[in-house]
Amino acid sequence: MHQLAPQHAGEFGKTMRVLVIEDDRETAQFLQRSLKENGHMADVAGDGETGLALAREGGWDVLIVDRMLPRLDGLSLISTLRAEGARTPVLILSALGEVDDRVRGLRAGGDDYLTKPYAYTELLARIEALARRPTPEEQVTRYAVGDLTLDRLSHKVARAGQAIILQPREFRLLEYLMRNAGQVVTRTMLLQNVWDYYFDPQTNVIDVHISRLRGKIDKGFAKPLLHTVRGSGYMIRDGAD
Amino acid sequence: MTAPTRLIASTPFRIVVAYLGAFILAAALIVGFVAWRANELLTANAVEALAAEVSSLNEHLQSGGPPALATVINDRIAEPGSNLYLLSDSGGRRIVGNLSVMPRDMSVGGAGHVFKYKRASDGPSGRDRLAVAVARSVQGGLTLVVGRDVEDQRRFASTIGYVAFWGVGLLAAIGVVAGVLISRSMLKRIDAVTETSRRIMSGDLSRRIPLDGSGDEIDRLSVSLNAMLGRIEELMLALREVSDNIAHDLKTPLTRLRSRAEAALRETGDEGHLRDALAKTMDEADELMKTFNALLLIARLEGGAVAESMQPTDLAVIIGDVAELYEPVAEEAGLSLRVSARESLVLIANRELISQAVANLVDNAIKYGSRESPAGQAAGLAVDIGIEIRGNSVAIIVADHGPGVAPEDRERALQRFVRLEKSRSRPGAGLGLSLVAAVARLHGGSVRLEDNAPGLRAVIEMPMVRQALASDAASVARLQRSPEPA
Repeated sequence: MHQLAPQHAGEFGKTMRVLVIEDDRETAQFLQRSLKENGHMADVAGDGETGLALAREGGWDVLIVDRMLPRLDGLSLISTLRAEGARTPVLILSALGEVDDRVRGLRAGGDDYLTKPYAYTELLARIEALARRPTPEEQVTRYAVGDLTLDRLSHKVARAGQAIILQPREFRLLEYLMRNAGQVVTRTMLLQNVWDYYFDPQTNVIDVHISRLRGKIDKGFAKPLLHTVRGSGYMIRDGAD
Repeated sequence: MTAPTRLIASTPFRIVVAYLGAFILAAALIVGFVAWRANELLTANAVEALAAEVSSLNEHLQSGGPPALATVINDRIAEPGSNLYLLSDSGGRRIVGNLSVMPRDMSVGGAGHVFKYKRASDGPSGRDRLAVAVARSVQGGLTLVVGRDVEDQRRFASTIGYVAFWGVGLLAAIGVVAGVLISRSMLKRIDAVTETSRRIMSGDLSRRIPLDGSGDEIDRLSVSLNAMLGRIEELMLALREVSDNIAHDLKTPLTRLRSRAEAALRETGDEGHLRDALAKTMDEADELMKTFNALLLIARLEGGAVAESMQPTDLAVIIGDVAELYEPVAEEAGLSLRVSARESLVLIANRELISQAVANLVDNAIKYGSRESPAGQAAGLAVDIGIEIRGNSVAIIVADHGPGVAPEDRERALQRFVRLEKSRSRPGAGLGLSLVAAVARLHGGSVRLEDNAPGLRAVIEMPMVRQALASDAASVARLQRSPEPA
């Protein structure tokens, strides 16, 4: 297996400026410390009003907003920011995980929604994906990782010039992985973005899909591109192990 | 509050008293008016008769002069129960008659005059009697007074008044007594409700309000209150069950997780080992989260929280997607996944929840569908997923060809935390089917486990009722219109 130890994401991606708006001090400090260890810069706001004021100053790559905050609740904060035209990606943290709550969160202007309790690796993977998410103007039509290419328009995938036939879902899976190339993508992120499911299947169905995909894109090639990141998920990247 | 004060303060008593007061007032007005009118009428009659008598006597006077008149008057006086007469001269002295003197204040030629007199036969100590009379001047400066004794009429009227007074008094007394009795019985029933609610508040949730079987409004109120209490008790039991289950199902893996961390901490040695232990700990924590989330979701669904995000959903697409998700897993387990639902079938449903329910069933079918298969070979066995329309309902069917579930275990298998195999090693397992059941109930349906001969057929049956869809659509619309709650 091509396994990687959990990596400092900062080594792969750029340094992010993260604003953590969270009233639980311990959680906020843990996030701040962990993000710094991963090579990012993080500031903390302990209530909604302070958070809004800091967010308005701008310059953030991503905001992490708790849904229930003192003084100004998370959803109002986000809708206020959005109404003012701010487009900074927002990850909502919430103890409420029902479908309806998530829908409300996203409707208020959140870009992603993570239910407490969450794994830090999950949160990290998500904010990195958010910060690197291309704006509509810079939509890429062709992805390339090493000698693997994917054309979003013609739906053609090739490795070292050799065409690879993928099922539609496998194509979307690879597309999502390649869009986040060099970054950890968790199983939950794959389930949500490729299958649009927000529940955890009892069996690790994603692993089997990944191993199938791996059989198609990595099998017979000297250098594997699709890696398993222990305890987190998967990553597609071109580079030495 | 003491018992009598409580009684007086009670609503029925107040109503009875108010009603009684209004009734007595109305009765007094009616009786008074009738008495007054009757008296008026009788007096008018008497005055008319007296006027006729005066003119008759006047004729006697004109034909025979005063002596003839006196004879006639004396004759009349002799008759029993006669009228009152007085013929006096211009000086006011009596010529003839049974009245000794003309009543005071009586004007000659006026209307009927009511006065009191003493009857000669009663003697000087006799009672005053009531009479009405008219006085007329007749020929020769004489004055003729003709009166009639109306003492009997007065007595009758006063008897009526007396009877009316005591009748109303009796009525009031009976009313008050009835009021007390009605209030007491009402109070008793209301007290039963109060007492029941007090008992329930102090923790005895099994209490119910007693019914008296009359089917009246209090009985009907009690029935619906009892139904509400039943639902509350059900929810409380479910809540208790959830907390019991959380304690039960989360304690074991939590203990395991802690022991593993503790063991790793004790161990000195290479980093790889520690890393390994940590990774396992994290895996276990993830599984715990899954169990926890499943528990919360089931509790929320069973609490009757109607998922607002119900919308038209194609069941065939749901099934196709879930099958596609599980197809590689099935293949690895040596099973083939067959989908027999090609036609679209749109239902108002929660896509996420139905997907999760179907995924759980498929998951189970793959896990148990291959094991201990009849010929000992798993390969070639199929898991069938399909949709059937059964009358007014739609059934999602997931069938395997594994060992199946014994008929006596099927009902139990749908309950939370029941795992038919004894091992409890896999966290979260045992919640799958109860989640399916909760999702089905949320959609107004149910789950059944049937014999697939061989194997197990799990059937989610949901109604396709129009009204239910309309109300769900309405709640979706409401959700879309309403501002987001904080």
